[in-house]
Formats: sequence, structure tokens, C-alpha cells
Amino acid sequence: MTDSPALAASASSRKLAEKPYDFSRKYWLFALPAVIVVLSVIVFPWLFTVFMSVNDWKIGGGMDFVGLDNFRTLIADERFRESLFITIYFTILAVIIPIVLGTVAALVFHREFPFRGLLRTIFVMPMMATPVAVALVWKMMFHPQLGVLNYLLSLVGISPSEWVFSTSTVIPTLVMVEVWHWTPLVMLILLGGLAGMPTEPYESAKIDGANSWQMFRFITLPLLWPYIMIALVIRTIDALKVFDIIFVISEGGPGTASETLNIFLYLQAFQFYKIGYSSAVVVIFFTIIVALSLVLLYVRQKTKWNA
Amino acid sequence: MTDKRTSDVTRRQLLQTGASLSVLGAVGAPAIISAANAQSSFNWKQAAGQQIDVMLVKNPRSDLLQAAEKEFTELTGIKVSSEQIPEQQQRQKAMIEFSSGRPTFDVTMLALHVQKRLAYKGKWVEDLRPFIDNPAITNPNFDLADFSAAGMNFARQADGALTTIPHFVDFWMLYYNKEMFDKKGVAYPTSMENIIKVAQQLNDPSNGVYGFVSRGLKNANIPVWTSWLLGQGLETIDPATGKLNTDGEAAIWAATLYRDLNKNYAPPGTIGFNWNECQTSFMQGRAAMWLDGIGFATPLEDPTKSKVVGKVGYGVTPPGPKAHHSATFADGLGISRASTKKTAAWLYIQFMTGKKEQIAMLKAGAGCPARMSAFADPEATKSSTFSKQYFDCLQSSAKIGRPGLPQIIPVTEFRDIFGVALTNTLSGADPAAELKKATEIFKPVLEKSEQG
Repeated sequence: MTDSPALAASASSRKLAEKPYDFSRKYWLFALPAVIVVLSVIVFPWLFTVFMSVNDWKIGGGMDFVGLDNFRTLIADERFRESLFITIYFTILAVIIPIVLGTVAALVFHREFPFRGLLRTIFVMPMMATPVAVALVWKMMFHPQLGVLNYLLSLVGISPSEWVFSTSTVIPTLVMVEVWHWTPLVMLILLGGLAGMPTEPYESAKIDGANSWQMFRFITLPLLWPYIMIALVIRTIDALKVFDIIFVISEGGPGTASETLNIFLYLQAFQFYKIGYSSAVVVIFFTIIVALSLVLLYVRQKTKWNA
Repeated sequence: MTDKRTSDVTRRQLLQTGASLSVLGAVGAPAIISAANAQSSFNWKQAAGQQIDVMLVKNPRSDLLQAAEKEFTELTGIKVSSEQIPEQQQRQKAMIEFSSGRPTFDVTMLALHVQKRLAYKGKWVEDLRPFIDNPAITNPNFDLADFSAAGMNFARQADGALTTIPHFVDFWMLYYNKEMFDKKGVAYPTSMENIIKVAQQLNDPSNGVYGFVSRGLKNANIPVWTSWLLGQGLETIDPATGKLNTDGEAAIWAATLYRDLNKNYAPPGTIGFNWNECQTSFMQGRAAMWLDGIGFATPLEDPTKSKVVGKVGYGVTPPGPKAHHSATFADGLGISRASTKKTAAWLYIQFMTGKKEQIAMLKAGAGCPARMSAFADPEATKSSTFSKQYFDCLQSSAKIGRPGLPQIIPVTEFRDIFGVALTNTLSGADPAAELKKATEIFKPVLEKSEQG
């Protein structure tokens, strides 16, 4: 039996796996192109950004090594701290609301009903639109005097809003655009999850007399968590990165009421040309994104059931 | 009657007139012939066969420049490759390419109110004085004296260097809805303080009509404030001494006027309005007055877009307590120092800022030309869709034009820092405290820029 070809192949592959990597063989040559690409488009720009962040460099001027001065100045910069807070505030709203609405939409569109395909296509349409075009259209609709939104509010007897033209309503309004734009993505991710779910737990639950809410709470939701976590990771990274919609609609205003880290970064780098200072913002921002992503990925591992 | 009048001219009078004309001809002819010869002898073909690259800002004036390229090529034999880039991106491109030392263009359009000092300190563009003084490469009809003082003031650096030729000048003025004024029997404001009273009289929020509108969005709102400050006879930064005039009594007065007009008599949400939201409000008959650049006038007279066609009044910015000025902005054309085709580039600039092209700009309603002679052309003012008042406003503003932004390197930081301060006043903050804080933040930025 030990001489059978299958067992011999298995033993051989085990032997190969146990064998230490042989650097004398030139296998690494095959990996070289990929290594060069990664070094040049990911590692080098990142290291160069770190290098610039410890220098005082303004385009058109000289470069002076300043150590951690840029970081110290940033921490003392009221505008930076404010923009960090606004980013967190915006991100929390722009992640949680699409996740909740996307989950509801996925559960609705997972059921069979007439014109489901057509309605699902319509629901997904906002996601296909270009963000800048979307932003321009919304901006026109937000005009306090002539925008269609205040007209619609007037039809149902609600007093007009100042939408993005008020410091108190600008962030919720921008979140509204973000929700409209990206809830369909969450729905699509969760629909994929729902389609791949086993049916046996539901059959057992029915036999045990569970009602719809119990089935959702104790079967659907736990099984859906890994997919919700994927949507959460994607949405968090997206919401943290949002620039186009905010820049076109409010330019970070009124005042600095919607100045997120990205807008702050744009101002420092491309309006004031402070490359060293803006690189320090990038380093901090990148660290935040990586840390947050790692936490979310860790949580996702914990919720995994289908691995 | 006509026949009789003709017959009244005697033979003696005819002879006298003829003799006078002969004398005048004898005196004037050499000068005329000399000028004509100089013109005809000017060699427009001296750089024939070359190709120049031109970087323009996207706007209707650049459309006109591109439309004139064919004629320029026929005259000079120089090919032009031009590109229009949106304003913000063009400024970034200029900054990066000039800093690299190898810009990809020979001629660039510069927003002088933003890039003037930067271009000079960074040695981006050539001083054009040696070009103008060289008769071999300068058309004798170029006539530098024809450019308005407002335009030349912007183009000339503090030490006298002329780094660009002004192409377009924009003046801030007061658009007003004549119909609304007539209906309530209100006269055009006679002073800056009087604008408040007039706005109050015309303000009718219950009918969706507001007395006044101007930019509230940070950065964009600075020229509103500087327009009022010019009424105190001050610029935000003294051009002679470099002193900041941003937190004194005059600055606080200007900020208070800005706040009162935008908070009490402007449409809701003005705090986030840029020029386009203001234009929409005015164009749809929802605002009685709008303070902004005259360059935004064209859509107001377009019946497909505007409800106020034929009702728009073009008023010169009213005088302030101490002075009467119109905040001015300008664009110019300059030659890249790194260019290897400077003669061709200079011929391009001469042609594009020539009288004919400047008249074309006025005729098209694409903005205010930098040459004063354009206004003297009756065809230019007759063929336009604008009323006579529009041209009167342009000419009157040109006489009292003064820079609407400080001529410093960190002008963008200036606009950002003081723009936020002004916006904060619309949310209830005290103008004096906001300006003091902004001045403290900006002072080291300015000092550093002058040292670096």
C-alpha cells in the first residue's frame, strides 16, 4: 500500500514543503518584477513621504531638516485638530447609516416580489454616477432660495433648510449625499452574503417554532456579520478618504465647518504648497487608516463562520 | 435749404480751407508716413517656422485668444500650441513646472492678483522692458501707454520690472435691479454706509426677495471685505511699507459692514455662497443688489438664463467714508524665463494684447480689456448686448481701480485665514476679535514668505 502513487506524491510534496528555501536556485528572479513594482509604486512613495514630513519644504523654496517639528506644529494647530474631529464625525455617520440602510435594503431585495430586478437596478443606480457630477447636481438642489429640495419641503409644509450653507447642517447634509451614493454598495455586498447562506438553520428554527424576528436576530444577523464587516471596512476606508463630494459641494465650509483631514491636506499641499507640513498630515492620516483597518480586520476574523 | 447752404461756401473759403489742409498735410505727412513705414517695416516673420507652447486659464477670453491663433500664424509664420486649464489647476501647474526649472510652455497667463509676487520672486518670467525697448522685436504700434493705469499697476513689480503685459482687468462694482429700485422709488446708494439703508428698504424676505447679496464663502469673500476697506483709503497690506492693516479700526469697520449686509439683508445661507450662488440669486430676481466683479455680467443679459435681462443696473462701487475705489483684479501674459523661443513668445504677446484683440474682448462681452483705446472704438460698445451704463461703469471703475488683494506671495493663505475670520462673523463672532486672531496667525506666515 505504501507504494501507491497517491501516497508517494503526498510524501514527496510534504518533503518539498519541509525543505528549507534554497537561495542557490534562482526562483527569486521570477518574483523580481513584482518586487520592483511594489518597491517603486508603494514603498518608495511612502518612504519619500516620511522623508518629506521631517523636512520644512515649500515648493519653490529650499528644504531644511526639521525633525519632528512638523508633527509638533500639527498637534498644536487648531485647524488640524478641528479637521480631525470633523473627519471622525463625518466617518461615523457616513459608515453607520449606509450599513443600517444597506442591510435593510438587502433583506428587502433578497425576498421574491414583482419587479424585484427592475427595482434593484434602480436602487443601485446612484453608485454608478461620477462623484463630481453627483456633487454638482446636489449643490444646485441645496440652493436655499432656488433649490428643489426647499421647494419640496415647502409642499409638505416644512420650513426651508439651509443645507450645506449652514455650519450646523453642513455635515449631516454631506452625509446624506454620501448615504444616497453608497448605500447600494453595502446592499450589493450583503445580498451576496444572503445568497450564500445555508437554509438548514432556518428549517430547524421553523420546526422549533421561531418567529421571523427570532430567525433574523439569531440566524440571519450572525451569519451576515462577516459580510457586514467587509462592508464596514470598505465604507470606513471610503468615508475617511472622501474628498470630491465635500470639495465640490462645500469646499470645506462654511468657514471650516466641513473641513475634513482631506480638505485640510489639500489646502496645505496644493494651495499653500507646504509639502513638508502636508506630508506630516499624510503620515498621521495613513497611520490612523492602517490602525483602524487592522482593528476592523481583527473583528472580522472573530465574526467569521464560513472560512 | 441744403442747396442754399452749399452755395453759401464761397470760392475764397474753399481756397483757404485747401491751403490750410496743404499746410497741415505738409507738417503731418512725414510723421504719418514714418509711422506707416515703421509699421510696414516691422518684421512679424522674424521667428517664422517656430512653434510656441502657451498655457492659458480656462475662460471666455482664452477662447478668443485661441480663435485668433490662426490669424497670428498667418501673420508671423509661428505655430501656437495652446492649452486652457481650469484656474486652480493652472495655478498648481504653473507653480510645479516653474519650480522644476523646466516649464513646458513659452508663454503663460498669470492671475496677477494671486501670482504676481510669486512669479517675480521665483524668477518665473522675463522682465519685458528690454523687449519693449528693442525696436527690432517690438511693433512700433504696440503703444504701452494705452494700457490702463489699473492694469499696469498690477503688471509692474515694486522695483519697476514689467513681468507681464496686462490682458484683462476685472473691477468690482454693484449690480442692481433697476426694476426693484424704481418700484420702491429708491435711488442708487451714494455711499458705502448708504448701501445698508437701501438694502433695508428693498429687503422683502416674505416674498423671497433680499436687499443685498455677496460672497460669504471663506476665501471667496475676501474681495467683499477689501472693497469696503478701500473706502477707508486702505489696502489690507500697505504696498509701500508692508504693514498689515487688517485689525485696525478701518478693517473692523469694513468687516462690520460685510457682516451687517450679509447677515441682515442677504438670502439665507449666504455664509456658504460663492459668486455663482450670488449670481443665481440676482439673476432670478431674488436680490436687489450684488457686489462682485463686472466679469460676471454676461449671463445676466442672457434671456435663456436670466429673469433680469434689461433690468440690470451697473453701478460703480459707492464711495467710502475716506476714499472712492473699485477693487481690481487682473490677468497678464508673460514669457517663461526657461523658454528658448522668447522672440516668438514676445510676438505672440504683442499680437494677443494688441488693440484689435482687446476690442474683440469688449465686443464679445468677455470682460474688460486692459487697453483704454478699446472703449474709444464706437463699434466695440455699439455691437455689444450691454447697455451704455455697463461701459460707463467699466470706464469709471478703471479710473479708481486699486488692487483688491494684497500683492504678496502667501495670498492664498491670506484669503484662507481672513476668509474664515469673516465667515465666523456671520455666525455671530465679534469682527474685532476675529480680525485680531487672524492677523496674529497670518503675521508669521507673511514674515516667513518675505524671508524665504
